[in-house]
Amino acid sequence: MEKMPKWADVVLIPVISLLLAAIISAIVILLIGESPMEALDLMVTGALGSTYGWGYTLYYATNFLFTGLAVAVAAHAGLFNIGGEGQAMIGGLGLAIVCLYIPFPHWSIALLVAAVGAGLFGAAWAAIPAYLQAKRGSHIVITTIMFNFIAAAVLNYMLVSVLKPKGAMDPATAKFPETAQLPSLHEILAPLGIEFSKSAPANVTLFVGLAACVVIWGLIWHTPLGHEIRALGKSERGAVYAGISPVRTVMITMLISGALCGLMATNNVMGEAERLVLNATEGAGFIGIAVALMGRNHPFGVFLAAILFGFLYQGGAELALWTNIPSELIVVIQALVILFTGALDNMVRIPIEKIFLAFRKENA
Amino acid sequence: MTAPAIELKGISKAFGPVQANKDISISVEPGTIHGIIGENGAGKSTLMSILYGFYKADKGEIWIKGTRTEIPDSLAAISAGIGMVFQHFKLVENFTVLENIVLGAEDSGLLMPSLSRARKELKELEEEYELYVDPDKRIDEIGVGMQQRVEILKALYRKAEILILDEPTGVLTPAEADQLFRILDRLRSEGKTIILITHKLREIMEYTDTVSVMRRGQMTATVKTAESSPEQLAELMVGRKVLLRVDKVPATPGKPILEIEKLSVVDSAGVQRVKDIDLTVRAGEILGIAGVAGNGQSELLEVLGGMREGTGAIRINGQPLPLSGAGSDARSRRHDGIAHVPEDRQREGLIMDFHAWENVGFGYHREPEYQKGLFLDNAALRADTAAKMEKFDVRPPNPWLAAKSFSGGNQQKIVVAREIERNPDLLLIGQPTRGVDIGAIEFIHQQIMALRDQGKAILLVSVELEEILSLSDRVAVMFDGKIMGERPADQTDEKELGLLMAGVAGEAA
Repeated sequence: MEKMPKWADVVLIPVISLLLAAIISAIVILLIGESPMEALDLMVTGALGSTYGWGYTLYYATNFLFTGLAVAVAAHAGLFNIGGEGQAMIGGLGLAIVCLYIPFPHWSIALLVAAVGAGLFGAAWAAIPAYLQAKRGSHIVITTIMFNFIAAAVLNYMLVSVLKPKGAMDPATAKFPETAQLPSLHEILAPLGIEFSKSAPANVTLFVGLAACVVIWGLIWHTPLGHEIRALGKSERGAVYAGISPVRTVMITMLISGALCGLMATNNVMGEAERLVLNATEGAGFIGIAVALMGRNHPFGVFLAAILFGFLYQGGAELALWTNIPSELIVVIQALVILFTGALDNMVRIPIEKIFLAFRKENA
Repeated sequence: MTAPAIELKGISKAFGPVQANKDISISVEPGTIHGIIGENGAGKSTLMSILYGFYKADKGEIWIKGTRTEIPDSLAAISAGIGMVFQHFKLVENFTVLENIVLGAEDSGLLMPSLSRARKELKELEEEYELYVDPDKRIDEIGVGMQQRVEILKALYRKAEILILDEPTGVLTPAEADQLFRILDRLRSEGKTIILITHKLREIMEYTDTVSVMRRGQMTATVKTAESSPEQLAELMVGRKVLLRVDKVPATPGKPILEIEKLSVVDSAGVQRVKDIDLTVRAGEILGIAGVAGNGQSELLEVLGGMREGTGAIRINGQPLPLSGAGSDARSRRHDGIAHVPEDRQREGLIMDFHAWENVGFGYHREPEYQKGLFLDNAALRADTAAKMEKFDVRPPNPWLAAKSFSGGNQQKIVVAREIERNPDLLLIGQPTRGVDIGAIEFIHQQIMALRDQGKAILLVSVELEEILSLSDRVAVMFDGKIMGERPADQTDEKELGLLMAGVAGEAA
C-alpha cells in the first residue's frame, strides 16, 4: 500500500485532531454561557504569557516527559504500563528517604543520588508486575493498575505512620535539608541575565527530562537492547527465533519504564514541594499515557506532547481561577484532546490518507 | 451452443495505486475444470473474491449462465449458484459435520427440522457424488481431507453449480489429493463447473480442461490444457524462461555434522510432538523431511533452532548441545554454527515493520561486527544489507524499505541471504519457497544447492513433495512425530513417500 508523506502523518494529523478537540471544547464553553475566545485568551496568557506561566507549564511538562517516556518505552516492547502513577509515587518515597536521611554537601550530588534512589524504587515497583507478566502471563495492564492502588496505600501508611515528623498535622515528610533543594529556573537563568519568575516551580530537572529523551531515543533506535525491545513488541515468536529472551526483555523494559516514572519525583517532590506529600503525583502517571499516545512513542513526539499537556494543565488552572468555567470543564477539555489525538486517531487519519491517495492518483 | 457457466468481462480492481486486476475477461464452459494459475500476488485471489462478492469490481461485468449478475455479497454469490472452498477451511471445530453444513442455511428459527431435512439431502448428495462423510462426527475428530469434503458438501447443499477451490491440495497428502481430484472428476461428469486455483503446475496439467494464466493482475493467456506444456505455462506465469528442475550433481557426503538421538519435544499443551527421533545430516548433503503439515516437522526445526526445549541428545560436529536451559536458545545455536530459515518468515524470520537493514541484523544484532561501543553500528548494517541485496538480487534493493513492502519472494531472499552468508555448518530451512514466486524459487533452490556443494549440511523441511524430491539427497518422512522411514531421494517416488506420510509403514529404513 502507498502511504501518505511522513510530514502529514506526524504533523498534519495531530494538528487537525487538536483543532477538532478545540472546536468541540469551544462549543461546550459556549453552551455554558462563556466566551470561547476569552477562555482561549486566558489559557494562552496564563500558561505562556509570562515567565510565571511558562514556569508552571514547563514544570508540568517535566512531569509528563518522564511518565510519557516511561509509557513509550514499555509500548515499544508491546507492554502497556498503566502503573506510572504508582511507580512515580513509590519513586517519590525512595527519593524522600534519600533526601531526608543522607546529608549532602551540594544539590548536584543530592540530585544524582536522589535520582538513583527514585529510579530504583520506581523500577522495583514495576518489577513485580513485570515478573508476573513475563513468568506467569498475568496481564500487565491489570497488575500495574492494581499496583497503583497498592502504591497509594503504601505511601499513605509511610507518610502517616513512619515519615511524618512528630507533632505535625498533615501526612507529609519534613522539608528536605537546604542542600537537597534544587535550583529553580529563576536561579539558573539569572546569571545569564534572563529574568525568570521567582515563584514558578520549573527547575533544573527539566534538563534531566530533556536528557532522558535523548537517552531513550538512543536506546530504542541505536542499541542492541532497543532492537530487542522493538522486535519483541512486534512479534514474540520472532524474538524467540532471534534468540531474544522475552522474559529478560520484558523485565528490563519494565525496569527502565518504572525507573523513568520514579525519576519524575526529582521534579515534583525534590524540585517543587521539597518534601513528600500525599498525592504528589497529581495524575501525571496517567497523563503520561496520553502523552506517549500523542507523541507516537517517539521521544521527540513525547517532548512536544508533554509541552502541550503542560500548557493545558496550567492554562486550565488559570481558567478555573478567573472565569465561571468550572474546574471539571478543564478535565473535559483535556479529555477531548486525549480522545481526538489518541483514541480517535483513525477518524482523522483514514479520511486524510484517502485525500492524499486520491490527490496522488490524479497527479500520476 | 450453451452459454458459458461464468463469463467475466473486463473486470478491473485497484487497491489504492495497486492494480490487482486489470481488464480481465474469461469464459468458463459448463461441465469443465478450469484452472487458474499464477504467482503469488498475480491477482487470482482478488478475482475470485470479486466473483464471491467479497470485493466489488471497479469496472467490468459478471455473467452467469448467460445473464448479467450483480454480486454485491457472498449471499448473492450463493444464490447465483457459486460455492467457494477456501484454502483455510471455515468450519466450526466443535460442531458436527451436519451442523456445519446447515449453519447459515437453516430453514427457520427451529433447528431440528433443518437438521433432519439436511440429513436426508446429505445422504442423496453423498450417493450422487460419492462423497462419503459421517454426518455425526465432530469436525475436530475428522482428518483434513474429510474436512475439505465437508466444505464441498456445504457448497453443494447450497445448490452450487459452480465450485471454486482455492489451493485445495496445500494441506493434503498425495493420496488425499488424488481422492479430491476423483471427487472433482465426478462432479464434472455430473455437470458441475469447477474453477481450480493453484500454483502447482502438475495439478493443472493432470486435471484441468482449460487453464488461464495470470501475471501481475492481467490474464496473459487462456489455453486448452491438452495443447499446453508445463514449460509454456511457467513462462507465461513468470514472463521469462524458467528452470523447473534443479540442476543437481550427486552429493559427496562427508563427516556427520548434525547427529540427533532420541529427540523428543512436548509442547506447552503437554502433547508430545516429536517422538524419539534419530537422524544424521552429513556435510555436503541435504536431508529432506517430508510430511503433512502438523506432524512434528515444525517442532523438530524449532528445537534444533533453539526456539523450544526438548529432551534427548543433539551433537554438532561431535559437540553435544543443550536442549533446555542455558545455551539452548536461538542465539547460542547461531554461535554453534547453526543457521535457521524458519517456516514462517512473516511471524518469525522477519519483523515486518522493521526496515530491511534492521532485519538483516535480526538475530545477529549482538555480533561484534555490528557494534560500535555501546551502540549498534547502523551504518555497517545498512552497508551490509546493500551488499546482500545486490548479491541475492533482492528487489527493490533499498535497505530502508520495511520488510512488509517486499514481495514474498524478496522477503525470503532477505532471510536466506542473512542466514547463508553467516557461513554456517548446518542450515535449517523450513518451507523455503512457501508463498514465493517461481522466479525466486529457482534462485533460492540454486542457493541451497550451492551451499550443499560447499560442503555444508542442510536439513530441509517442506510440505511440497516435489521440492523435497528435487532438492534432497536423502528423504525422511515424519508422521505423528515419528520418522516413518528414510530413503535415498533417487530411489523413491511421490507414491511411496505419500504412503509413509499417511502413516502406512514401509519396510524398515
